[in-house]
Amino acid sequence: RAPSMAVPRLLRAGERVVPFPARPARVTPPPAVGASGLVLQSRLVPCKPVDDKLLSEPLSHPDFFNVKELFSLKDLFDARVHLGHKKGCRHRFMEPYIFGCRLDQDIIDLDQTMQHLQLALNFTAHIAYRKGIILFISRKRQFCHLVESTARECGEYAHTRYWQGGLLTNAHIQFGPGVRLPDLLVFLSSLNNVFEPHVAIRDAAKMNIPTVGVVDTNCNPCLITYPIPGNDDSPTAMELYCKLFRMTIIRAKDKRRQSEVFNELRSKAEGN
Amino acid sequence: ASGPEKYTEEFIKKQIEEFNLGKRHLANMMGEDPETFTQEDIDRAVAYLFPSGLFDKQARPMMKHPTEIFPEQRKIQWGEDGRPFHFLFYTGKQSYYSLMHVSMENICDILNRNLAGSRWLTKIELEEMLLEKLSDDDYSRFIQLLEKLMTLPCVDMEEKHIRKFSKEVPMQLKKVVIEPLKYDERGVAFSTGEGTRKTAKATVVVYDNGTGKITVNGIDILHYFPVLQDREQLLFPFQFLDRVGKHDMVCTVSGGGRSTQAGAIRLASAKALRSFVTEKEVEFMRQAGLLTLDPRVKERKKPGQEGARRKFTWKKR
Repeated sequence: RAPSMAVPRLLRAGERVVPFPARPARVTPPPAVGASGLVLQSRLVPCKPVDDKLLSEPLSHPDFFNVKELFSLKDLFDARVHLGHKKGCRHRFMEPYIFGCRLDQDIIDLDQTMQHLQLALNFTAHIAYRKGIILFISRKRQFCHLVESTARECGEYAHTRYWQGGLLTNAHIQFGPGVRLPDLLVFLSSLNNVFEPHVAIRDAAKMNIPTVGVVDTNCNPCLITYPIPGNDDSPTAMELYCKLFRMTIIRAKDKRRQSEVFNELRSKAEGN
Repeated sequence: ASGPEKYTEEFIKKQIEEFNLGKRHLANMMGEDPETFTQEDIDRAVAYLFPSGLFDKQARPMMKHPTEIFPEQRKIQWGEDGRPFHFLFYTGKQSYYSLMHVSMENICDILNRNLAGSRWLTKIELEEMLLEKLSDDDYSRFIQLLEKLMTLPCVDMEEKHIRKFSKEVPMQLKKVVIEPLKYDERGVAFSTGEGTRKTAKATVVVYDNGTGKITVNGIDILHYFPVLQDREQLLFPFQFLDRVGKHDMVCTVSGGGRSTQAGAIRLASAKALRSFVTEKEVEFMRQAGLLTLDPRVKERKKPGQEGARRKFTWKKR
């Protein structure tokens, strides 16, 4: 919803800070990529007025799915999310998110992490509510199995293997005509095995696909739509992230099913 | 478009309908029953209606079912709403990577399983199972037979039968047991300890209510260890626990050199003193490094070098 919330973020090119009350009440849903790569009327946009209400109602609340209750500062601290890399590995653009440095090791500011995590989980929940395709990406070998299992349990998709160059940009030749691209990429570790930013970040930006990513102190948060500053190397931290994403997605999907059933019953009652 | 030509499912379905219709027309033309018109009948009919003198049988006119003519295509991997069926679809090689995923899961399962040892049933348990009395000889013979069976290859086939006679024993963490104090004929409390360092072995008996007299191999320490450093090593555990003049010690030591023997006796006396002291102080001793065996041994000499680390003198020419 809001780039203009109380989170100090680097203003990216093209982003204008609009004062909060002046925004229009109904926000259009993010345009998904259709078959030909152009921004089309996609399967996410509703046709009936009943569905219209179904999709616009969550957008009027700041935290419709109540993702704030899923985690607390103590949980993040216990899972060692605040531990960053050494001072020498620090990326210039991660400096706003770093709380301080102790014995040469960077400590990430958990207050900012809480805010970013809430925004990111809220966004994922909205995408899952609208039946979007979510693709989990992580190139860390230790957590490859964990990430794939998480994706399988949610009913979403995962890619923790070698990224072939044309997966997003050349999809129609690689997969076949009429393939549907993911509507959200979730990076549980935004670097690849040679400590460079993952190619998928750049490709998603090219294809207008929003990204959510866990950025460590040696990562570049620039092209990621919803960065989450936090540790991506500890097993406890990764398990926490997987658990949070899994719970939000399942919650959003259940809510969607409930709303649809509710709407059906209501329309039947009105019909009678 | 690149690669082999791709046929859509609707196209293939249409071809199949046309083939069936054509088959019935052909049957009518030949005057046969359309319902029982087999592929051999079709071939014969086509060969009769379109005679060809071409030598290559594949070049002659043929009418076959479309599935035999058009190569098999990979079906569309996603449903009506566009969501792919397999969760690893976006990797490109979904079947291969799902195999890797399943194998990894098996590895994790095996590693997480509590590695339990197993033991054979005892004589009493076997008696209960068979409801017969056994002699020790019978029992030992049976166990020998089972052991012999285990050593043979292809044991898996009989595994079910063998498992009836073995029990699982869960692995338990070994907790270091501190021995209680023993009392000799005079009523004085004493305890023994053993220690090693490099190649020296030492056994030590520490007596309570003593005056601080220490004997090594029957010789007083002042004569056995003329150097102050070695005597300080022996003194360290007592100094740490503030029990300098309160214990007597009788040691036997062999192997090693002067300071090695001193280190061995120090470790042995620290181990013996554990019985006299509270658990908290034992923990302090452990943190001070008094109870740790020194792992340093003489490093082997390597070929091409003068010693373990020293290389031969480098000559420029």
